[in-house]
Amino acid sequence: MSGLAARGLIAKGLVIDVPGRPDGRPLDLAVAPGQRWGVLGPNGAGKTTLLHTLAGLRPPRAGEVSLDGRALARWRRRALARRLGVVFQERHDDFPATVRETALIGRHPFLSPWRQEGPEDLARADDALARLELSHLAERELATLSGGERQRVSLATVLTQAPDIWLADEPTNHLDLHHQVAAMALLAGQAERGRGVIMCLHDLNLAARWCSHLLLLYPDGQACWGPAEAMLTPAALERLYDQRLVTAWLDGAPVFVPAR
Amino acid sequence: MNGARVLRSSPRLRGPLVWLALAALLSQLLALALGSVALSPGELVAVLAGDGEALHRTLLLELRLPRALAAFGTGALLAMAGALMQILLRNPLADPYVLGLSGGASVAALAAMLAGWGMALVSGAAFAGALASTLIVFGLAHGGGSWTPTRLLLTGVVMAAGWGALITFLLAVSPVERLPGMLYWLMGDLAYAGSPWPVLSVAALGLAVVLPLGRTLNVLARGGLQAAALGVAVRPLEWTLYLLASLVTAVAVTTAGSVGFVGLMVPHMLRLRLGNDQRRILPASLLAGGTLLTLADTLARTLIAPQQLPVGVITALLGVPTFLYLLQRSQR
Repeated sequence: MSGLAARGLIAKGLVIDVPGRPDGRPLDLAVAPGQRWGVLGPNGAGKTTLLHTLAGLRPPRAGEVSLDGRALARWRRRALARRLGVVFQERHDDFPATVRETALIGRHPFLSPWRQEGPEDLARADDALARLELSHLAERELATLSGGERQRVSLATVLTQAPDIWLADEPTNHLDLHHQVAAMALLAGQAERGRGVIMCLHDLNLAARWCSHLLLLYPDGQACWGPAEAMLTPAALERLYDQRLVTAWLDGAPVFVPAR
Repeated sequence: MNGARVLRSSPRLRGPLVWLALAALLSQLLALALGSVALSPGELVAVLAGDGEALHRTLLLELRLPRALAAFGTGALLAMAGALMQILLRNPLADPYVLGLSGGASVAALAAMLAGWGMALVSGAAFAGALASTLIVFGLAHGGGSWTPTRLLLTGVVMAAGWGALITFLLAVSPVERLPGMLYWLMGDLAYAGSPWPVLSVAALGLAVVLPLGRTLNVLARGGLQAAALGVAVRPLEWTLYLLASLVTAVAVTTAGSVGFVGLMVPHMLRLRLGNDQRRILPASLLAGGTLLTLADTLARTLIAPQQLPVGVITALLGVPTFLYLLQRSQR
């Protein structure tokens, strides 16, 4: 390990590959341990593409992403999966599976081909399910769950995986208010334990409350990023969403409401 | 929470496999005992122990046993190919033939029959046709560089439609006296299976390749991106699955013609009962597929003996109601 500066997930001169879009501004940012990054942007700005590129799941158009000083392309997929965890926005539940089986696949990168999941793996999965208030659903089929419950199973799977870097694509999708807060508290708790977190969000106010850093992604490839307080200016956000906002202050923190 | 659900959550339980192995053994004994000359259990035991009448020995060891084992091996291969194709295409309704493989085999086999070749050459032609079809679909789906299960599925389905037209054409231009043989081949028939060792050894080989992949396949079933994020090298794994499933199907088709329904139904049916853990579903598919085809072939040669029915007719007639019954019961 080459010193503290290289730790975490680092993008250098990164241009994500959104077909038919100019390069825009290359991204230079680091998701360091303990940081909670939020990615904001309108539909089609490339938030999911960015997240997948940061996870090494699709190649960038230019630039490089590295983890602990080594380019993602030079990591073995399995070794990478022990360090990076991805909460996907889209899921494929074509085949039957129970909630517990689904949480257990988070242990896949840690088990050799012949190893069965042991009691320790089961305990990790069950802890994750309990943390997401899913214990009572452990034996249920995924197909019988609601969208919000299914979303929590996805979080439980990555919690079972226990990665150093969390990449979460709209982790509060489909969640009710209580579980939105619970999900953000979970990610914040991970950051407190020295993990890096980067998440795509649609809710400005969740981002304002829970993120330490923000990246604003514009549809034309332009971007700006930095500490959350510096990024949460009404002018920048209004340009981002092409939507007038009303700012209120609550307990010293801004609350953004779309104006009519 | 019922008993079956609890069972599924513990990957260690091997209960269903033991029952399926017993059923497989029973189906073999049944296939040995039944036929134009029915044998009592006592006579069966005597022959298997190395005694018994010479006629019974010939009947059992040289006629019925090879055919019963070939039926078992073929059914096992088809069910395994179906289970693999379903994971590869992320579609529970895929079957070994969905990518046009049996079409290619059928066209080549029918052309060989039309040319008046013997059964050995027809089998060789079927194998060549199946592999040719595999390579064509492989090449076309790969063409643009990008490759998705949907693209592979579409390429295969369109190729299958093309083969279907060629099959109809061949049947239309064939002389009437050749038609029954051709139709039997198209429906699947074990009468010309020959030695059971090719199918049995390929089945054992296939199982040895896929068993260590079991948990990886479970992850792949959740989608390519999810699998990659969990450390699976998706592209090499998918090509392995495709080539293995194709090879296995080609061997099965070469042995018994295009027996339908086993590859689609067996894995799907087992999934309704056992969940989708490939470490259990794959060996279970082999056993259940083999058992089903052994029973179907036994019926095919006894129902209207001395006439024989195409075994594919029986697998469909047995399979359709069983499948619909299980589907009804599994509705939640």
